[in-house]
Amino acid sequence: MSNYPDDCYYTKDHEWIRVTGDTGRVGITHYAQESLGDVVYVDLPKVGESYQSGDPFGSVESVKAVSELFIPVSGEIVEINGQLADAPELVNSSPYDEGWMVTVKFSNTGELDSLLSSTEYEDFIKEGKL
Amino acid sequence: MSETSKHHRIRKVRTHISQNEGLIFEKSRPGSRAFDLPPSDVPEIPVQELLPAALLRTDDLEGMPEVAEPEVVRHYTRISTWNYGTDTGMFPLGSCTMKYNPKFNEWAARLDGFARTHPLAPEVLTQGNLRLIRQLEEELLEITGLAAISLQPAAGAHGEMTGVMMIRAALAARNEPGRKRVLIPDSAHGTNPASAVLCGFSVDTIPSNERGLTDMAVLEKRMDDSVAAIMLTNPNTLGMFEENIEKICALVHERGGYVYMDGANMNAMCGVTRPGDMGIDVMHLNLHKTFSTPHGGGGPGCGPVLVAKGLEPFLPYPVLKQEADGQIRLDYDRPQSIGRVRFFLGNFGMMVRALGYIRAHGPDGLRMATETAVLNANYVRHHLSEAYDMSFDGPILHEVVFSDKRQQQHGVKNADIAKRLIDYGFHPPTMSFPLIAPGAIMIEPTESESREELDLFIDAMKSISAECAEDPELVKSAPHWARLTRLDEVSAARNPVLRWKAGK
Repeated sequence: MSNYPDDCYYTKDHEWIRVTGDTGRVGITHYAQESLGDVVYVDLPKVGESYQSGDPFGSVESVKAVSELFIPVSGEIVEINGQLADAPELVNSSPYDEGWMVTVKFSNTGELDSLLSSTEYEDFIKEGKL
Repeated sequence: MSETSKHHRIRKVRTHISQNEGLIFEKSRPGSRAFDLPPSDVPEIPVQELLPAALLRTDDLEGMPEVAEPEVVRHYTRISTWNYGTDTGMFPLGSCTMKYNPKFNEWAARLDGFARTHPLAPEVLTQGNLRLIRQLEEELLEITGLAAISLQPAAGAHGEMTGVMMIRAALAARNEPGRKRVLIPDSAHGTNPASAVLCGFSVDTIPSNERGLTDMAVLEKRMDDSVAAIMLTNPNTLGMFEENIEKICALVHERGGYVYMDGANMNAMCGVTRPGDMGIDVMHLNLHKTFSTPHGGGGPGCGPVLVAKGLEPFLPYPVLKQEADGQIRLDYDRPQSIGRVRFFLGNFGMMVRALGYIRAHGPDGLRMATETAVLNANYVRHHLSEAYDMSFDGPILHEVVFSDKRQQQHGVKNADIAKRLIDYGFHPPTMSFPLIAPGAIMIEPTESESREELDLFIDAMKSISAECAEDPELVKSAPHWARLTRLDEVSAARNPVLRWKAGK
């Protein structure tokens, strides 16, 4: 499997979003989990909270550092991945599937147009402008 | 290669007997004790008859260690030999300023008159101590070029929050509650956004430009009438001086905002230039960094907060006030004060040490300490720039940030280099900070190090870089010579065992 599946959109803050209807599942990319190292704690928001695109919605803690999570699109949190409380290592082992973090219901679908495709994101990482 | 020849470049340390030592709880034997009382010559009365039940302890005391005096002494002496501090060698922990703590200051702080004053003793009996505090205040005001000061805060981040509380109070007095945003460059200390948020502000991060300095174009765009303050660290966490600091101050002042300067890196400016002259409105100092009071144990610390004239009314009370008769009194009559931020007058012992440091150096000595700290950082940078990449290229002051980019080609990361440095007899530098520098290795030698110690450190770092290419596994599995080899930090963080329990 590619390190950057092409059924997701990406942000320059290293989050991905996979869209189904008017919701999208959000997590951090392979590159992000690798740079962070072993994840030991994930702090997620509560279901029902609303965010504007780019807002911090939680944080992820590795043995190296605590990093904020930024929501790729505006909307309401409708689901969180409760499994991460006991198994934060899923973010490392399966960043795009079992390691997902939240599901967000969009308030503005147009925002997706400003996100990166998997090839654009890969190029962005290669440029090394991080 | 034999085990020893792998380490042939290590000059500073040798393997050495290191006593194994369990926990004090594990040494416990029923009946062991460090004292023996003579037989009682009065009748014994059960404690239950003397004290009400509510005052008696009923929880389980099982497991409290019972140990004889020599065992206690040996236990703590043995584990003390595992320690590493500035009294043992170079401690290049960037951003933390681990400079040597002069023993003269320790002597002064232990003098009976200072160490044994009761904090509730009346002013009339504590004039000497109050005069010492007042003198330290005056010295720090002269060093920073600001107008007024409080020594109450117990640490840098506490001083920072006190400063932001004063900004909030000043905005309330100006009747401008709409100023809700605080601008913070991404090269600032992590405590800056924390202080702003705790005081009810929202944080707007200003990116750094490719040179590692605040991006002026972005700052100009974001600066408007909703901004309460900008909080910046100068020199910043890359060890770089914000060369636009006067422009930044002018821009923020023009739109009615305040400029907060995190003075954690004042040791790169002390005696050379003054924040007050740059236009700073509020700042804090860390006495344990710039003024050599001890770090450690989480305190006690002292993080003075200093302000320009306009913010003086909002300082925490009480403030020291010299009366016409020469006596110093505590002034509580401060209607606009944000109130107290700490009991009594703060951590007095730290003030004694800091004043000792300042007076022992004098103005020329303080300047020389700053210049030596900057020289030492640049010496390290010069000699390691062939072996390691710099995160940002540009002139640096008191610390230098390298990246592990070149060593990553061999699969070695910054943390591996840090662990290997332990084998060479040095405390590791700061890793992976600041966050804007990927794979950061942040080195701050301070002025305390001799050229000989710096050369040993440089040789060690060069040697490790060579090992990364020749034998990357050696570095990735380091340390090899330490009492314990690579620890499982992941399990420790995921399943922390925070206290000892009997039978487990």
